[in-house]
Amino acid sequence: MLAADRIIAVALMGLSLYFMWHATVLPIGWVEGSGPGGGSFPFWLSAIMLGASAIVLLRSFTRAAPHKNEKFIPDADAIPQILGVSGLLIATIAATPLVGAYVALMAFLVFYLRIFGHHGWLLIGILTIATPVFLFFFFEVTLKILLPKGITEPLFIPLYAQFF
Amino acid sequence: MEILALLAEGFATSLSPLNIMIVLIGVTAGLFIGAMPGLGSVNGVAIVLPLTFIVPPSSAIILLAAIYYGAMYGGAVSSILLGIPGASTAVATTFDGRPMAQKGEAGLALIAAAVASFVGGTISVILFTIFAVPLADLALAFGPAEEFALVLMAFTTFVGLGGDDIFKTIVMISLGLVLSTVGLDLISGQPRLIFFDMPGFYSGISFLVLAIGVYGVGEVLYTIETSRTSPAVTPARLSFAELRAGLVRMNRLWRTMSFGSVLGFFVGMLPAAGATPAALMSYGMAKSMSKKPETFGRGNIEGVAAPETANNAASTGSLLPMLTLGIPGSPTTALLLGGMVMWGLVPGPMLFIESPDFVWGLISSLYTANLAAVLINIALIPIFVWALRMPFSVLCAMVLVLCIVGGFAPSQKMHDVWLIAVFGIAGYVLRKADYPLAPLVLALVLGPLMEKSFRQALIGEQGNILVFVERPLSALFVALSVLFFLLPIIKMVARRRSKSTAPAE
Amino acid sequence: MMNKFTRRSALATLTAAALAIGSPAMAEDWQPNKPIEMVIMAGQGGGADRLARLFQSIIQKNNLSNMPVLPVNKGGGSGAEALRYLKDKEGDAHTIMATLNSYYTTPLRTDIGVDIEDFNPIARMANDNFILWVNSESDIETLDDYVAAVKEAGGTWKMGGTGSGQEDSLVTAMMENEFGLEYTYVPFDGGGTVAKNLIGNHIDSTVNNPAEQMGFYKAGKSRPIATFSEERLEAFPDVPTMRELGHDLVYTMQRSFVAPKDMPDAAVAYYTDLFKKVSETEEWQKYAADEALDAQFLSGDDLQQFLLNGREVHRNILDGMGELGS
Repeated sequence: MLAADRIIAVALMGLSLYFMWHATVLPIGWVEGSGPGGGSFPFWLSAIMLGASAIVLLRSFTRAAPHKNEKFIPDADAIPQILGVSGLLIATIAATPLVGAYVALMAFLVFYLRIFGHHGWLLIGILTIATPVFLFFFFEVTLKILLPKGITEPLFIPLYAQFF
Repeated sequence: MEILALLAEGFATSLSPLNIMIVLIGVTAGLFIGAMPGLGSVNGVAIVLPLTFIVPPSSAIILLAAIYYGAMYGGAVSSILLGIPGASTAVATTFDGRPMAQKGEAGLALIAAAVASFVGGTISVILFTIFAVPLADLALAFGPAEEFALVLMAFTTFVGLGGDDIFKTIVMISLGLVLSTVGLDLISGQPRLIFFDMPGFYSGISFLVLAIGVYGVGEVLYTIETSRTSPAVTPARLSFAELRAGLVRMNRLWRTMSFGSVLGFFVGMLPAAGATPAALMSYGMAKSMSKKPETFGRGNIEGVAAPETANNAASTGSLLPMLTLGIPGSPTTALLLGGMVMWGLVPGPMLFIESPDFVWGLISSLYTANLAAVLINIALIPIFVWALRMPFSVLCAMVLVLCIVGGFAPSQKMHDVWLIAVFGIAGYVLRKADYPLAPLVLALVLGPLMEKSFRQALIGEQGNILVFVERPLSALFVALSVLFFLLPIIKMVARRRSKSTAPAE
Repeated sequence: MMNKFTRRSALATLTAAALAIGSPAMAEDWQPNKPIEMVIMAGQGGGADRLARLFQSIIQKNNLSNMPVLPVNKGGGSGAEALRYLKDKEGDAHTIMATLNSYYTTPLRTDIGVDIEDFNPIARMANDNFILWVNSESDIETLDDYVAAVKEAGGTWKMGGTGSGQEDSLVTAMMENEFGLEYTYVPFDGGGTVAKNLIGNHIDSTVNNPAEQMGFYKAGKSRPIATFSEERLEAFPDVPTMRELGHDLVYTMQRSFVAPKDMPDAAVAYYTDLFKKVSETEEWQKYAADEALDAQFLSGDDLQQFLLNGREVHRNILDGMGELGS
């Protein structure tokens, strides 16, 4: 926990420096007669963030930081789950513009329910079919919000003709 | 008396069989749209608006009011069941609603939210009916300086929201405020903080994206770690007896609820503020006035009732500047305003005189829609609670699917879906390291309003910072902010003193 | 990303071609085969958004299109987001964009890699007007009173308007040049908010569009001083134009639709025809009259010429303000 606390504090300090650097594009000072410039809010708030995370870091050396979660690294059997779910999520998002939201989400459901849920194929089948059908009717037909289709676009042309 | 006659006429229209059916359909549709993370009343109203040119105008208003209320009620459902606030107005509802659901009291929390919304809606519609016209002048008295002072007051409620660690809370508030400045600087008209030159950042970082990220994805990751295969949520059961017990418990909260309603109505009425600060302030005040403030955030029913009364009251209040001044307080009222213009109505001070049928038709639909919303909502609670009894891994998969689709829907940009993943993973890590997330999310909501009104006020006064204490209304809010800020510190000092003096005696 | 767009556009052209071959009359018979995305260069609730949604409603009510028109707001960066999006949609036959004057100013102020000459002009629906307003409680009745009052304030006169670099600030800059005035310009995020701040006496004057002040004007809370239109407005017959008063200040807000580069000609023809029909509906005619809009319809080369002219006009204004990007 101590090491993780320090690493996160350092990362937040880095992030605030990055924000400060970005903010300097616009004036960061007090513009005479009109108040703070366009960059001053992000700049000085990032500076406060830098200071506060620096205190968090320094404090970890002088005394034990107050924290509830005694251990930061999850149990050994949880790590693959966390990484797996995160990876699957990222893969799904990356695939969405290419193969469309429907194919990507169906693949996501199959993998997730099989690998992490250990469910039977019947349940997986039902959910994998029912979810996109629901999404199509709720988002596209009812709310008229189109989801990304990617290369599956031609398959939807007859559906549009039918439902719109 | 004249008001009553006009109102009665309005009711006569809104209670026809066709219109009752429209209310039921509208409320149910609104409930489901609002319950979906990422979607809110704005989506419902946007989709219905073109239809309103086909049905008669009186029915059109009723349909819009029904969707509006339905979605407001629905926002609490997602906050309580999934812990994901569907709209910024429902953030405060997650603070106690989610812990209640985890304790197996989801049904009770949902009842509390529904009843509280009903009370808030009803009280504010009554206030609206009586005071609409004179109150428009109060809204006009609010310039940038007053707006800033009000947001400052909402900010002081943060003091009670952070974790135990003051420095980590400061880090999170600053981070939220910095993220809120991403996009276009309104005052100078220049883009700023466009990370990696991605065009997606031009429109800034939306509250929904951050909330779905940290509360949706982040929460799923956190529960996977802590519970793995065992369910995260104690399966909730709901019997008729429990429902009755819930209503009895709500009866004891009348003080919190009536306070929240009045506060919500007034804050919501101010064009720039709206329902989010109202809900926050109501929560913060309920907590600071409570005899047991430490029970807040751990599943206190009062912590659900307070923000829910206020946000519903505020949504009704926000119709007031729209009708009397023609200023939209939220994207939804902006759409409604567009609709009115298309029906040939001119919003503004003359509306109440020139088109009384419309105004009173709308007000009476608010009464009916509110009543329909509470009844339908309570009737649907068993279904919502049943959804929580899904196997945990199925629930997680569904939540993640909703996060992706719900994150895409409002802006229709993949950019936002990527941000959800980033915020989700970062939120999970930060939460594990005891960084409080609520201040981060709320800072993002209030940040733009605060910066904008601060700078507008200063530009108008040639950079004179005293403007905030020279104007009476603004000075009052600033003084109250200082008081709220110091209150916990005074309490703490007093407690310490009594502790340290006790042994000496 | 590029891959996806070319593939999609190829498909769109293919289907368009297939449809065209299948029917005897070639170009006229192109029809959208999926919902039409209407990108709006502004956020929800602003004037541009309201107008775009009005068009959507008119199309739906009169059944002018076989596929729904879906408005999508991409108002980020004063429309920079929408312009970049449309640029990436090259060849697409199902995307159109509702524009306003930021169509000129945004690419001029910051280099976003978009040349508006590349886009396909569809239709100009309206030109919106600007009027100089003061609170009716003030003593100012004429332009001369106004100029005197602003001069007397010595730079502390508060002119409210939309964001810096947007239309209201350009009109303000034009006023400063013409009359040798100095303002304190206070930017707000929408015309409605600007109007309300004038009535609440938080600012001293505005250059709101007629629609934004209409409610207050009818209630006798605000007073028009002069219009920036070419001719007197029907809705305000007693308000002189700046030109009549001897000042060559004309500024209008265009409301047009454009389409991506290389949209198939048949599709361009389809949308032009669609908006032509919209402009002839009773609903639109009434709305334009009520809101004091100039609803003269323009399309094709005339429109492109109009838009390119507008860009030059704005280049000059921005240059004068020192706001021209490199």
